[in-house]
Amino acid sequence: MKRAVFKNRRLPYLLVLPQLAVTLAFFFWPAFESLRLSFFRTSPFGDKRLFIGLDNFRKLVVDPEYYRSILNSFVFASGVTALALGTGLFVAALATQKVRGLAMYRAAVLWPYGIAPPVAGIIFLFIFHPSYGVLPYWLSFVTAYEFNWLLKGWVAMALVVVATAWTHVGYNIAFFLAGLLAIPASVLEAASVDGAGPVRRFRSIVFPLLSPITFYLLVVNMIFAFFGAFGVIHAVTQGGPSRATEIMVFKAYKDGFIGLNLGSSAAQSVVLMVVVIVLTALQFRFVEKRVTY
Amino acid sequence: MKRSASIVGVLTAAVLLAAPAPAAAKTEIHFWHAMGGQLGEATNELVRQFNQSQAEHEVKALNKGTYPEVLTAAIAAYRQKNPPHIVQVFDVGTQTMLLSGAVYPIFQLTREQEIAIDWNDFIKPVTGYYSKDGNLYSMPFNSSSPILYVNRDAFKKAGLPDRPPATWREVGEASKKILAAGAAKCGFTTSWPSWTMLENTFPWHDQPFATNANGYTGLDTTLLINGEFGVKHIGQLAAWQKEGVFSYGGRMGQPDPKFINGDCAMLVQSSAVIGGFKKSLKFEWGTGQLPHWGPPYRKQNTVVGGATLWVMKGQKASDYPGVARFMKFLAEPHQQMWWHVTTGYLPITHSAIKNLETGHHFKKNPEQWTALSQLTAKPTPNSLGHRLGNFVQIREAIEGELENIFAGTKTAKQGLDDAVAKGNEILKEFAASNKP
Repeated sequence: MKRAVFKNRRLPYLLVLPQLAVTLAFFFWPAFESLRLSFFRTSPFGDKRLFIGLDNFRKLVVDPEYYRSILNSFVFASGVTALALGTGLFVAALATQKVRGLAMYRAAVLWPYGIAPPVAGIIFLFIFHPSYGVLPYWLSFVTAYEFNWLLKGWVAMALVVVATAWTHVGYNIAFFLAGLLAIPASVLEAASVDGAGPVRRFRSIVFPLLSPITFYLLVVNMIFAFFGAFGVIHAVTQGGPSRATEIMVFKAYKDGFIGLNLGSSAAQSVVLMVVVIVLTALQFRFVEKRVTY
Repeated sequence: MKRSASIVGVLTAAVLLAAPAPAAAKTEIHFWHAMGGQLGEATNELVRQFNQSQAEHEVKALNKGTYPEVLTAAIAAYRQKNPPHIVQVFDVGTQTMLLSGAVYPIFQLTREQEIAIDWNDFIKPVTGYYSKDGNLYSMPFNSSSPILYVNRDAFKKAGLPDRPPATWREVGEASKKILAAGAAKCGFTTSWPSWTMLENTFPWHDQPFATNANGYTGLDTTLLINGEFGVKHIGQLAAWQKEGVFSYGGRMGQPDPKFINGDCAMLVQSSAVIGGFKKSLKFEWGTGQLPHWGPPYRKQNTVVGGATLWVMKGQKASDYPGVARFMKFLAEPHQQMWWHVTTGYLPITHSAIKNLETGHHFKKNPEQWTALSQLTAKPTPNSLGHRLGNFVQIREAIEGELENIFAGTKTAKQGLDDAVAKGNEILKEFAASNKP
């Protein structure tokens, strides 16, 4: 690798300054504020503020609903990641086939990513809502099964997982597609000549060569599911029914902005931050070892 | 260079010309509210009329989203030391506002600004809800109460008499006939489940919702909804859910479409949707009082829901005379009547109600009388209202458990016990952070 050497000693600092300023203002400062708030019990209007040490955290540790939200987060994130990665790879593989109008298909499969999560949520509501959705209405003609996720927790969870994965799959397709197209055709042809079938070719050549991209997407999808999926849940289930889809980030929002319990909300944000940092570190530590760059 | 200078000159001139002539220093009064759709238009119309009626003050109304969003926005603005003058806060936010130290109580505002509003003209269930030690703290604006909406076409199809069921027993029987006749897919549903089925059903039967007279006389309050009455009522709903008599349709106004599209023959919902229903319903409909269980329970009164206008501290002293005049404007019979007729929210002054009666308004629009008829009794400590801290979270806890009960994963008793345990925890937290 070539090393760039700056003659001017100040210039490099000047060049990273804008990025540093943005990171400080929009990441470190709010993160520090959350940390500070999490040690206080604050009245909604901020007029009464009492230092209570780790009390907000202590309450979380004994709150079964908090454990439930952690469990929900992991179920949700695993579901979204698996579905968005799996579908993404599958569709990307399809989009490498030689068919007429390929460019158009390739553009079309990326569209869902252009839809903001809350809007995607609203679209899913209009399709799936038990009171006014199209699908339950059609279903009612063919089966007596009542598609009612307003009462059935796991159905609600499945719905938000699918909706969230749908909004994110376009992003994965773009990366997988680029990865697939970068695999030299000669390698695959050589393998064919040696008698390797499509499954073998995929397992021994394509997948290993895609692994850096898959790893990157794994991390990004996980983080997206933990934080970015807020919009879908807010629009579709509001964490219900009976907290079945209340993931950590939604609980932190609800306790803070609806319940006005800012101390607990801040403590939850701190925990969430730690969880995601640990998860990402673990992935880098263990999964990255198996990645061939 | 010259050319660009001349362009700048032209642009500047254009901007100067386009800008409105500086008004004779009107004071601006910011009013944040949560009224959307048809209700938002009506709110803007009231504000427009006030602005036209005088020249010194200009009220600027701004829709800041849902009720919780408006409250959160106002709190954030207050902490930034630039609050709106007036903010609309929903009923369950009352205790938070009362203890915030951030409000300019309406009784004090009108007294200090020497604006006379006859508070005795307001009906008791409304002023009682928003008063502390006999003084009114916020301006009643949009008040409503839950009533029963009936699809009369479905009733006719099922061969039922053309009158709304008055008791829950009748609701159950009528629903079963409707299901048998195939006149609808479900008997009834309810919007705002905690508000209609507990917060109003308890006072309607003169049953205590919480200790300390539902929280009015102290902060160390606990919930009482898991007693015999609560278990009986919610248990019946759960049994009906299994039979299709009742169909749970979600929180807030989400279940409304079930009634609008004819799936459910009856709906329990706020009287505030009358205005919208008049425009949108494609079948014959009517209203009845919130169903009652009958003896041995006494018929008391329902409580008002909706929101009031709170005046915030922290603005220029010279702005508050305008705020007080706007409040006076809203309290006048003409505005009260117009607001009621346009939206379906209750007329809440005796003079407005009397004027409406003189004009035979309620005879011509019986559905507008239904909710008022539930508010005529003199409130008891059980039926004055609810003053619970962090009520939003409590409602959330209750509705979560109701969902467990209706889904059949918990019995009514278990679910209500858990709701009480969780609710009491929230109340304790609130009491701790608001120690005097």
